[in-house]
Amino acid sequence: MDLLAIIRIAMRALARNKMRSSLTMLGIIIGVGAVIAMVSVGQGAQQQAQQQIAAMGSNMLFVGAGTVTRGGMRMGWGATKTLIYDDMLAILRECPAVQAAAPGSQTAAQVVFGNDNWATQLNGTEPQYFDIRSWPLAEGSSFTQDDVNMAANVAVIGETVRKNLFGATDPIGQTIRINNLPFKVVGALAAKGTSAAMGSDQDDTIIVPITTLQKKITGQDWLRWIMVSAISREASYTAQQQITALLRDRHRIRPGSDDDFMVRNLADMADLADQQAQLFTVLLASIASISLIVGGIGIMNIMLVSVTERTREIGIRMAIGATEGDVQQQFLVEAIVLSLVGGAVGILVGTGASFLITQTLGWPVLVSATAIGAAVIFSMAVGIFFGFYPARKAARLDPIEALRYE
Amino acid sequence: MVTISQPDVSQTTASDHGAVIQVEDVHKYYDLGETRVHALRGVTVSIERGEFVAIMGASGSGKSTFMNIMGCLDKPSSGRYLLEGIEVSQLSKKELAAIRNRKIGFVFQGFNLLSRTTAQENVELPTLYAQVSKEEGQKRAREALELVGLGDRRMHFPSQLSGGQQQRVAVARALVNRPSILLADEPTGNLDSRTSVEIMEVFQKLNDGGLTVVLVTHEADVAQFAKRSIQFRDGKIRRDEPIMNRPLAAEVLKSLPTLED
Ligand SMILES: Nc1ncnc2c1ncn2[C@@H]1O[C@H](COP(=O)(O)OP(=O)(O)OP(=O)(O)O)[C@@H](O)[C@H]1O
Ligand SMILES: [Mg+2]
Repeated sequence: MDLLAIIRIAMRALARNKMRSSLTMLGIIIGVGAVIAMVSVGQGAQQQAQQQIAAMGSNMLFVGAGTVTRGGMRMGWGATKTLIYDDMLAILRECPAVQAAAPGSQTAAQVVFGNDNWATQLNGTEPQYFDIRSWPLAEGSSFTQDDVNMAANVAVIGETVRKNLFGATDPIGQTIRINNLPFKVVGALAAKGTSAAMGSDQDDTIIVPITTLQKKITGQDWLRWIMVSAISREASYTAQQQITALLRDRHRIRPGSDDDFMVRNLADMADLADQQAQLFTVLLASIASISLIVGGIGIMNIMLVSVTERTREIGIRMAIGATEGDVQQQFLVEAIVLSLVGGAVGILVGTGASFLITQTLGWPVLVSATAIGAAVIFSMAVGIFFGFYPARKAARLDPIEALRYE
Repeated sequence: MVTISQPDVSQTTASDHGAVIQVEDVHKYYDLGETRVHALRGVTVSIERGEFVAIMGASGSGKSTFMNIMGCLDKPSSGRYLLEGIEVSQLSKKELAAIRNRKIGFVFQGFNLLSRTTAQENVELPTLYAQVSKEEGQKRAREALELVGLGDRRMHFPSQLSGGQQQRVAVARALVNRPSILLADEPTGNLDSRTSVEIMEVFQKLNDGGLTVVLVTHEADVAQFAKRSIQFRDGKIRRDEPIMNRPLAAEVLKSLPTLED
């Protein structure tokens, strides 16, 4: 008996009980939909993390004044005074993998404009900082090297600060007071959002010339950090090694002792974020797979009930000439059709759900073709696997006894 | 179909040649734990091509058991059954299915139609298991339904048909693969006398066309339309005789008052 005829018989049998057929499919629909939605969300998260890291400048390195242990107490990063401006010059001079570097110093500050005031982080640096971090200005312009040389009272403000102090007012040219010193706002930065790698609001900051910060506000001449860009993403590992070696040498750290600085590589962070997102995807997919298996068990359950309920039908079919093979194939095809149609609807539902979820979270939409392919194969396998036993049971029925069945 | 008018044969023996159905000393028992039910106790009978046999007997005398064995649905516990000279016990399940599908048409005691399935689709069912194209199957089912006078009820579901109409759908289904033998177990069991005669008219017409017909009935009124009657009692054949002066169902029908329609 050809497959087409079997499929026709199976379709007729399914159509005869539409309600039960659709309820059976629901399990597979939810299962497949969940797998696709979860994999898409996972991959969207991965993409999102990568975009955020790329936005920070993928070949960027962060050199921080290190942690030190003092009297058995570990101090936070930035607690040493050993990182200095000359270190930055040395890095630029002696590390070939380094393209650019910007020094940094920072402190907490209270900012006032009119009646509004705002507590934020004050960073002092040089103009190349904005390039290294690939951080464009939304309005105005950056301060210049001249401003740095003259320790001018000029400031570039982050988006969060702008919103809180100025609201709808144009900030450019306005004068704000930082720790009671008047500063002229020359630029406003584009919003960068919350950093995936650093976990803080990057826009809650004011950036001023480093000389101004050091001389007029903190009175410190050491650096808190140096922002470095490598010549390429690949070179960032080499740059990291070169900087580490150079700074250990300059700070006279004996072999075996800890660094009094730290170098973080954004490529490392990107890899870490990748790994975490992948783990997240696998986790979500496994949870979703469970619902697919539950859906399969649902098919088996319904098929078993169906075999019992349709014992008489099976008897009739056998009495008029269906072979065991015909009956087995019919029930198997019914199970496969249920799971495949369920799988197809599940793909639509899953794709729709993926769009909805990623849209809501503002992540890029990624409906994975692999996930769809896997869902189709998996639902077919579910149909065969969970349909086989009921089909076998149906085929083993004795025609006479099946006909007698009430 | 070629009409082979066979003279009424009485007391045929197993050694007869050309018999379509040849049953030799068939026994059938059912083991029910402690007890053993002896449903058939040595049945020997031979049925020729073109015969029209009515099997009668009390309830429980083994008629259905015998029909099921003839219809290759069940196997005898002992004894031989030859269908067109072939020993049925030698056949595989697959070959038996093919015989049930093509050689034998079986009308069950209950109607045994698929519910929620139209008359047309019910009748098509055996063609799905034969090597018959979809179009050919549909055409044959249409013809079979027209033959039993239900050409205008093809798209009706069993629940929308009367008992007699359902029984006729069952007959059409038994005929759709053009079998050479029609086995009918109490085809008029639940029907009023007029509808019974209508069914018998169909059977006589088919038999005239050369089909071998064996039917089981409780009613002598129904049995009289056959050419030969076999009486069962306690799993054995008690009487086997030709029917003289059998009436034509078509004639009887004319004399019966029409109830409606
Ligand atoms: N599957 C079975 N298991 C046990 N006993 C059975 C089975 N089928 C039939 N019998 C027994 O075999 C005997 C013959 O049954 P059968 O159905 O052939 O009778 P019948 O002549 O067709 O009766 P009726 O006219 O009521 O249909 C009965 O005693 C019955 O109880
Ligand atoms: Mg019976």
